[in-house]
Amino acid sequence: MSVAISALEAVSEAIGRNKEYLTSLDAAIGDADHGINMARGFDAVVAKARTLPPDADVGTVLKTAGMTLISTVGGAAGPLYGTAFLRAAGTAQGAAIDGAAVIRMLEAAINGIKERGKAVRGEKTMLDALEPAVEAFADRYKAGRPLVECLDAACEAADKGVAFTKTIIATKGRASYLGERSIGHQDPGATSSFIILKALADFCRQYESGEN
Amino acid sequence: MKKIINHPEQVVEEMLEGIVSAHPQYVKRVQGFNVLTRAGGPSAKVALVSGGGSGHEPSHGGFVGRGMLDGAVAGAVFTSPTPDQVFEAVKAVDGGKGVLLVIKNYTGDVMNFEMAAEMAEAENIQVEKVVVNDDVAVENSTWTTGRRGIAGTVFVHKLAGAKAEAGGTLAEVKRVAEKVVANVRSMGMALAPCTVPAAGKPSFTLAENEIEIGMGIHGEPGTHREAIRSADEIVDHLMEKILADSPVAAGQEVAVLVNGLGGTPTMELYIVSRKVAQMLAGKGAKTVKTFVGNYMTSLEMAGFSISVLKLDGELKELLLAPADTPAFVQF
Repeated sequence: MSVAISALEAVSEAIGRNKEYLTSLDAAIGDADHGINMARGFDAVVAKARTLPPDADVGTVLKTAGMTLISTVGGAAGPLYGTAFLRAAGTAQGAAIDGAAVIRMLEAAINGIKERGKAVRGEKTMLDALEPAVEAFADRYKAGRPLVECLDAACEAADKGVAFTKTIIATKGRASYLGERSIGHQDPGATSSFIILKALADFCRQYESGEN
Repeated sequence: MKKIINHPEQVVEEMLEGIVSAHPQYVKRVQGFNVLTRAGGPSAKVALVSGGGSGHEPSHGGFVGRGMLDGAVAGAVFTSPTPDQVFEAVKAVDGGKGVLLVIKNYTGDVMNFEMAAEMAEAENIQVEKVVVNDDVAVENSTWTTGRRGIAGTVFVHKLAGAKAEAGGTLAEVKRVAEKVVANVRSMGMALAPCTVPAAGKPSFTLAENEIEIGMGIHGEPGTHREAIRSADEIVDHLMEKILADSPVAAGQEVAVLVNGLGGTPTMELYIVSRKVAQMLAGKGAKTVKTFVGNYMTSLEMAGFSISVLKLDGELKELLLAPADTPAFVQF
């Protein structure tokens, strides 16, 4: 089976495991459905991806994931994550997946999220986890560090980004309606972004150790 | 959680089946999609499509019919429908004169409906959008995503729907919808939370003597909490916010919607509407029509919202025009 499909299965498993956690975060500042919606979407992504040919390239797998997220998640997360996966798919087509490709994919995904959500970093959204993550990844990669280390740095930066969302006022999405009351609560979208990155990093580590 | 359901995953599907079986003279289902359209449609007029998460019944399927909506899209509970579902609704109702999308200002709704509009434009269907933002509870500063769209949306369905029924062009129907948005203000409160079936527990908790002011319609917390007060005092507070944002001058004609959130007795809604009427009369305003009941609910949430729509000659005529839908009948 395609490695990309196995990676999506790992992401789906992590989202499923954190379904109630994400929903409880959303209950504090939103409408208590982020975990439910994400789990529904990634369950559908895995089901759809398993129907792809085993040799499907990364671009095809990501495009399938993006379209499936758009048509199953709903809410704000559906268009945002769906757009992110579609944009990443666009840069992944045909290329071997090395560190440079990962950076291109993440940057394309982030630009897609910014355009669709009309948001920038610092507004208590998933961008507060994703932008620092890709920056940390790129720093390590340019320093010639191995891929797994780059991914770990990305996860660490995303985790800090999630913690940072606790300290700021939401200005986008439903949490923005709470204004200052949103302070002290971490953003559910930033948290799901961290969970996805962490699942991918863990998957890569296992995959590499299995290869060696 | 105690609810009259079969499976949490099936609530939207089974509800839609129920609406169609109860009201076949009004609505039919677009096969394979969570979309209801007029039983007799599409017709050669501008079509209106609205929708949102489920759990707000009778919004939105209950307003599909003559003089209001042509299509309603039901998302998962409290979750905006996906673009492909909205797109199916647009295709099903387009009679060649174009389609107006009525969107409540919630980030997810706006994004999903925008993507659907992009899909429709790619298929050469004329589409316009209007975003309703009637809730004065939240700040309308430049750094927020703006106000929420809540029960005032029903007035948009009613008046823009009447304009479309009268043969208005897409541009005219959109202009009316925008005029309603510019003139309608709402605010709500809650006594008790609601439980999303798939979550299984209330999305927030309130102490026995606490109320939440400025609720949205998805169980998301309001602007603040306070100790329970009398009905008149609560209405006083909500109306003060509404009228501070959109002052009503003596002689101004208005329409009022006292909307139940699903778990409040009609008796209490009338106690609210009584106070609203007194306050408007005190301002010298003339209430042309008052609607009292469950129009834009939040599952079983206890509480209500008040919407005040300022009228001019055109809006008044459209308000009073006939409508015939499962949840809104006016002769």
